[in-house]
Amino acid sequence: MEFAELIKTPRVDGVDLHRPFMPTVEGTLCLTGHHLILSSRQDNTEELWLLHANIDSIEKRFVGSLGTIIVKCKDLRVIQLDIPGMEECLNIASSIEALSTLDSVSLMYPFFYRPLFEVIEDGWQLFVPEEAFKDLESMTDEWRLSEVNKDFSVCPSYPSLLTVPKDIDDESLCKAASFRHGGRFPVLSYYHKKNGMVMMRAAQPLTGTNGRRCKEDEKLINATLCAGKRGYIIDTRTIAVAQQAKARGGGFEQEANYPQWRRIHKAIERSNVLQDSLIKLVEACNDQSHSMDRWLSKLEASNWQSKVKEILTTACLAAQCIDREGASVLVHGTEGTDSTLQVTSLAQIILDPACRTIRGFEVLIEREWLQAGHPFQQRCAQSAYSNGKPRSEAPVFLLFLDCVWQILRQFPCSFQFNENLLIMFFEHAYASQFGTFLGNCVAERVKLQLSQKTVSLWSWVNRPQELERFLNPLYEPNNLVIWPSVAPQSLLLWEGVFLRWNRSTKCLDEACQEMVHIIEYNKELQNKVNSLRRQLAQLETEESPLQTP
Amino acid sequence: MEHIRTPKVEQVKLLDRFSNKSVTGTLHLTATHLIFVESNSTSAQEIWILHHHIASVEKLSLKTNGCPLLIQCRNFRLVHFVIPRERDCHDIYSSLLRLLRPVSYDELYAFSYNPKQNDQQREEGWQLIDLAAEFERMGVPCDQWQLTDVNREYKVCKTYPRDLYVPIMASKPIIVGSSKFRSKGRFPVLTYFYQEKKAAVCRCSQPLSGFSARCLEDEHMLQAISKANHNSRYIYVMDTRPKLNALANRAAGKGYENEDNYSNIRFQFVGIENIHVMRGSLQKLLEVVGTRSLSMTDYLVGLENSGWLRHIKAIMDAAIFLAKAVTVEGASVLVHCSDGWDRTAQVCALGSLLMDPYYRTIKGFMVLIEKDWISFGHKFADRCDQLDPDPKEVSPIFTQFLECVWQLTEQFPQAFEFSEWFLIQIHEHVHSCQFGNFLGNSQRQREDLQLKERTYSLWAHLLSEKQNYLNPVYSPSFAESHPVLEPSTQAYHFKFWRNMYHQYDRSMHPRQSILKHVLTLKDSNRELEGTVQALKTKLQKFSVSTSPLKPQTPPRERSLPPRPQSLILGAPLLSRKEVQQEEDEEVFGEEAMEDAPAITGGERTVEGSSATENGYGELMGSFGSKNEPGAVTLEFGVARMTC
Repeated sequence: MEFAELIKTPRVDGVDLHRPFMPTVEGTLCLTGHHLILSSRQDNTEELWLLHANIDSIEKRFVGSLGTIIVKCKDLRVIQLDIPGMEECLNIASSIEALSTLDSVSLMYPFFYRPLFEVIEDGWQLFVPEEAFKDLESMTDEWRLSEVNKDFSVCPSYPSLLTVPKDIDDESLCKAASFRHGGRFPVLSYYHKKNGMVMMRAAQPLTGTNGRRCKEDEKLINATLCAGKRGYIIDTRTIAVAQQAKARGGGFEQEANYPQWRRIHKAIERSNVLQDSLIKLVEACNDQSHSMDRWLSKLEASNWQSKVKEILTTACLAAQCIDREGASVLVHGTEGTDSTLQVTSLAQIILDPACRTIRGFEVLIEREWLQAGHPFQQRCAQSAYSNGKPRSEAPVFLLFLDCVWQILRQFPCSFQFNENLLIMFFEHAYASQFGTFLGNCVAERVKLQLSQKTVSLWSWVNRPQELERFLNPLYEPNNLVIWPSVAPQSLLLWEGVFLRWNRSTKCLDEACQEMVHIIEYNKELQNKVNSLRRQLAQLETEESPLQTP
Repeated sequence: MEHIRTPKVEQVKLLDRFSNKSVTGTLHLTATHLIFVESNSTSAQEIWILHHHIASVEKLSLKTNGCPLLIQCRNFRLVHFVIPRERDCHDIYSSLLRLLRPVSYDELYAFSYNPKQNDQQREEGWQLIDLAAEFERMGVPCDQWQLTDVNREYKVCKTYPRDLYVPIMASKPIIVGSSKFRSKGRFPVLTYFYQEKKAAVCRCSQPLSGFSARCLEDEHMLQAISKANHNSRYIYVMDTRPKLNALANRAAGKGYENEDNYSNIRFQFVGIENIHVMRGSLQKLLEVVGTRSLSMTDYLVGLENSGWLRHIKAIMDAAIFLAKAVTVEGASVLVHCSDGWDRTAQVCALGSLLMDPYYRTIKGFMVLIEKDWISFGHKFADRCDQLDPDPKEVSPIFTQFLECVWQLTEQFPQAFEFSEWFLIQIHEHVHSCQFGNFLGNSQRQREDLQLKERTYSLWAHLLSEKQNYLNPVYSPSFAESHPVLEPSTQAYHFKFWRNMYHQYDRSMHPRQSILKHVLTLKDSNRELEGTVQALKTKLQKFSVSTSPLKPQTPPRERSLPPRPQSLILGAPLLSRKEVQQEEDEEVFGEEAMEDAPAITGGERTVEGSSATENGYGELMGSFGSKNEPGAVTLEFGVARMTC
């Protein structure tokens, strides 16, 4: 298929671009296969480059022959284009609609994008399971790397290499896989160096109504416990939801069959509820006419903050089990690809200082989200402005980023990165020139040959020029476990994402720069003091021999 | 002291408000403070509660482990003691009841507080703020405005200060006539003069207009205000009350200005609720945020139902209206409510702060409070419950003003010389009765109490600790580019002020405070600059003279006061100062340590950040018991077993 077929009018002059808090720009609108471009005629500085993939929905309006297209983006931005000429406007609108809803992944921009920078470090090699396993081996010898899922036949959504207890052979793994939803048998997610406790993740067990059991599954998870030790199973669903799942062949671990484990039920919502929540929240944030009471009631009705609190609480609980109780933990919900990953990845940020560095955080996303089979393509197909009925869209990853931001707010000196990194990940998960977030699991990515045909997001982020933007000037590494407050008074609305386009941040940005200035000046002064002292010391030692006759 | 029957009780438990944690210690009762000293010798924390800060004491019914005593403070501290013996509890309870209700001003802490200053220092403290100089700064007196001596003896208005500024054209008969037509005699006077446009902000109380009464002198008075400003043909009259309240007042012979009787006025209601609504609102807010295991839904619904932020926004909206009328239209504005000492003070003060960068400095903010609140007779004694209170008079009017300022600092982080610690500290002392400034209800009463001779000024105290209250990112050049602040009043900009209403609830706060961190860095920068200078001088000496002077440690200032203890807004960072000190004490020639000692891993956590304190759910895992429940549902702090 040629993109040209979809572009009915490639170019319109005299288009006005309106964006909140920015002056109106008049210029020429161009449509290409992947971008909507507006460049002003006066000078080339004012340009808008918008990926079609970033467009969530559009609205058309006409006043006389002047048409207006309101473009609502997945990054929550809303822009307005005033296009002279009814026909042009209609053409542009239908072209944008067609181009922003291309079905085929291989037509997406990452397959066409050629980087203007030299790839020094290939991001596709950022996370190598074998190397991660070497680290683990240096701490414990109770685990092995299994190739049972080499061809993705045991579990289609798992990567090919998985870390499992040493004493469990591949045959048992296959049997355990058949007892878990989508074949997602329990695998290692995190090893807590401090006390040797582990966090595992899986999908729900397929006990069904007649209480099926699976010896291999029981053996597998018991193998993660030390003798006499206990463990906790954190089921991200309420007990009622878990009970209902039995009717559809799912279920939860019966205590009779797992006597060494205690089950804890939490209430993290399913994906379709989350999408609804996001839509309501963004609607509330975008309505400038709200009175105080209406705003608060809309914010409450969106339920977004409740979700943040619930997810964070569950993650803290998992971390508490591991670090404070000295117990191992198994986390699962239904499929084990959404709420499970929110909990396991957040718990690691709380427990493991490495995850609070930029590289560590990237590895965490690579390991706990991309490799672990979070279906990014399905979940991020549409954002808050989608009109249609959601299929499997859900802001699961955005909620995770929001939770990270909450922790970052509470421990502003404990993270190497700043809020911008989180916002950037949000943007790229929904629309990107890079291939990283394409596909739903490793198997799909292999099939799409992403690592050969597209550029990795990490290749770009990890360039020193780019990294600078994401560094937190307040960072002072600490090796401590950080326990955030989950009281509602401590959790804030993530303005950087949800009010990003609705407020002017000039004053806040300038204040931030001033802070950076103070910090840098401090470093400068310290260096100066040190070098002066050295000079002085040198002079002294040179002088003193003269004194001693 | 005769009220204290039991000065000391041991083995008292202090329960944490939001978790199941408790500590044991000894409770001391003194004439001025209730003191709790934790028994744990390693990290013995002390809690000092000034009797004046206590809003209520409640003795709950006896429990198995003792008798609970619940103390609620005006600075939003809430402590829950459990005293082993009921008798002791009762003694403490009844002593406190007496102590926290002083019957005469002489009993207030300010009259016994002695910061070890001599009389001269005290006098200097009181001279720090000079309102005559402030009016001069604004450009008053001038060709249109003059100082009147009509109230020199407090004869015209008891609740106004002696010195008042009125239009040149307002003769004494007009003033006196107008004052008779205004509630409590509070006739229109100048409070702020916007020099650039010669526009004035005036304040007064409601007119005694009833349904039809009018007063020529009052009409002349307003005309005089109008005429004093050549830039505008009209003046705004802002009635800060909701229209309904103003209408109701007419039946009592009060009311609002009839536009037909006054020429060239533009009358405007702005709808700020009265003191009773505000008191109820704060009460609701505190109830909500004081709930244990509060859900997000209950929090947001409670925040909405309390109406607190709605009221804050209403005050802000009014102040913005005022500032726009003056700075954009160049019109003079007359502000009033009922008596002109609550809502009027809020709107005039906040409006002036928006218009004039001076009021956003530490000194200027003190002047502003001294002018619009203290001198014009905001009834601090009644509103803050200082003495033998009438509960119906108590209201958080001043707290709301401080909060509005805080909301502004959130939108304009570089506009203010002070940080929120300053606001919180002022709030603390408005209720502490430790300094004389806020005692009493009017200037006249303060003079009668001889406060300047018998007590100390808060402003001197705060200025001596100025370092603690500085906003590290304050930029004086911001004032030049933004002389008038134009805040957004979108609802989402108004946030719950956690650091005020939860100032004593450590588990709620960010565990690392950016403010504290940057402030420490700024201190360190100042010291480092000194060190660099000293080292440079020394190096120069070396290059000039050959005589090797034994190196001396550079002169260092150690005058910085300690960070306030009550403001627990984050973990105390390893102070750069301490690190610096270690460096300086090193002998020259040795390699100076470049970095703070690395924090070693292990069991340490970031202070205030512990798993149990947050109550994600407590794990009551008694494995091995025979009757194992099916599943454990973990609630906030409480483990509930379900089968």
